[in-house]
Amino acid sequence: MGAPDRDVAVVSVAQTTHRRAATEINEVELIQPVIRQVLDQIGAGISDIGFTVSGSSDYLAGQAFSFVMTLDAVGAWPPIVESHVEMDGAWALYEAWLKIQAGHADTALIYGYSKASPGDLPRVLSRQLDPYYYGPLWPDSVALAGLQARAMLDAGTITEQEMAEIAHRNRQAATTNPHAQLQGSAPVDELLAAGYIAEPLHRHDCPPISDGGVAVVLAAGDRTRDWSDRPAWIRGIDHRVDSHNFGARDLTRAPSIALAAARAGVADGPVDVAELHAPFTHQEKIVRTELGLSDEVDVNPSGGPLAANPMMAAGLIRIAEVAQRISDGSAGRGVAQATSGQLLQQNLVCVLEGE
Amino acid sequence: MTADDRHPDDPDRSVSTLPGGLWSQPQPTVPDLGEAEPVQRLRIPAAMTYDYTPGLAQSRFLRGLADKKILGERCPVTGDVYVPPRGVSPVSGMPTTEQVEVGPHATVTSFCIVHIGFGVNAPPTPFVSALFLPDGAAVSLYGTVQEIPHDQVRIGMRVEPVWVDDDELTTSMENIRYWRPIDEPDVPADQLKGHM
Repeated sequence: MGAPDRDVAVVSVAQTTHRRAATEINEVELIQPVIRQVLDQIGAGISDIGFTVSGSSDYLAGQAFSFVMTLDAVGAWPPIVESHVEMDGAWALYEAWLKIQAGHADTALIYGYSKASPGDLPRVLSRQLDPYYYGPLWPDSVALAGLQARAMLDAGTITEQEMAEIAHRNRQAATTNPHAQLQGSAPVDELLAAGYIAEPLHRHDCPPISDGGVAVVLAAGDRTRDWSDRPAWIRGIDHRVDSHNFGARDLTRAPSIALAAARAGVADGPVDVAELHAPFTHQEKIVRTELGLSDEVDVNPSGGPLAANPMMAAGLIRIAEVAQRISDGSAGRGVAQATSGQLLQQNLVCVLEGE
Repeated sequence: MTADDRHPDDPDRSVSTLPGGLWSQPQPTVPDLGEAEPVQRLRIPAAMTYDYTPGLAQSRFLRGLADKKILGERCPVTGDVYVPPRGVSPVSGMPTTEQVEVGPHATVTSFCIVHIGFGVNAPPTPFVSALFLPDGAAVSLYGTVQEIPHDQVRIGMRVEPVWVDDDELTTSMENIRYWRPIDEPDVPADQLKGHM
């Protein structure tokens, strides 16, 4: 990727405290405080925003055009320039970044959210599959992840012990994350002693089902100075897909991540922190390997999606977590990766850096 | 020959084969597959069950309906009252917290005469579906007008809700069976600007 024409930075982030089921509130009541916070903490209003874009899914909401109703939370009057992706908010951020690169906006509000609780999430996610061959079989997302973990164990690229250690490390890290849903973990040997839920997956290998959301503000060039003393500059961003036909993929790999990482320039400098959108434990090993991260990198200090996994938000949260650490000075350069679809099929990589 | 006159097998036909081009799907067509018998259609039933929860503001509204009250909520910035409320003012993006009872009298802000009924609860056709601006509210509710010939309904007409019997009241929009005229002068259309 050539250097982008315009320097764009994350200048504000906010997220919900994620939980299993926010049954008392609807989606607009869920995301409104987050949108308000992300604007309030930089003293901005919607009239200061050039482009607004969200990521959400009607399949999760169980409602047609659910994102239109959620726009109430933005205060879209007078009319605003607005868009939506039926994907994780990380891809909404990519659209906003392109919009800014094209010179059509200098600032952008991005948010992603969902309530997974109304439906049966592993079955709802099966609707992402092709409608002819896989969809009619209703393979649930946990069973599919089990196929991938089995392929890795068989190939010798991971062990069940390593998987449990990944679960333990992430959920212990989440004890310092006030937004996390699952905080803390039983010791690894205790985790391994529990039964399987979709062999070779134990319960600890699976992400929680979460209701929650996240919002981010981007600004270009001089506009960042109005809002942030220490903006987190986007130095590279790219997204790529692997085949959605499981039979055509080596499930132990995700070449789309390596390609996106190369295009985003992950290896062009040191990586202090990485936030990885690997919902299942074994997937963290794949993502880490494809990104080419060394053992010194601080991976998922937030606890990652194993600690809170709101669909359509968990990818954008990775970008927000890295940006937060750059803006508070605890990291100089970091990598965020977001995934979409089943088994790490589609991936976005974003490199962020301070000054 | 217009596009609508073309034979359904004509590849240059309009997408729809119904008069006026409404609603229909095109005939399935497949390219030449040689010896293979084309599979023209797959039936793959899919159903998912959701436990939908309406949220705080909508719950307050639905509970009000069970008491035959129409409860809107006020925008803290503009003062406008939204009904049914969704918890947030769509104009300011701020939470609505003050509940305001609106109606029950209301004004027709738009209507249409329906000749093809849909749904299990549709009245006999022709009937009038309409938008009703409850007194004190900034936006209109949807429903049907009855107890008046359909060709006498007009914008600005004053109406009131007709509720189900008290022993049938639930937390549902179905509590209002329909709206009927009341003996009050019409509201001039220019007073309805911004509420249509």
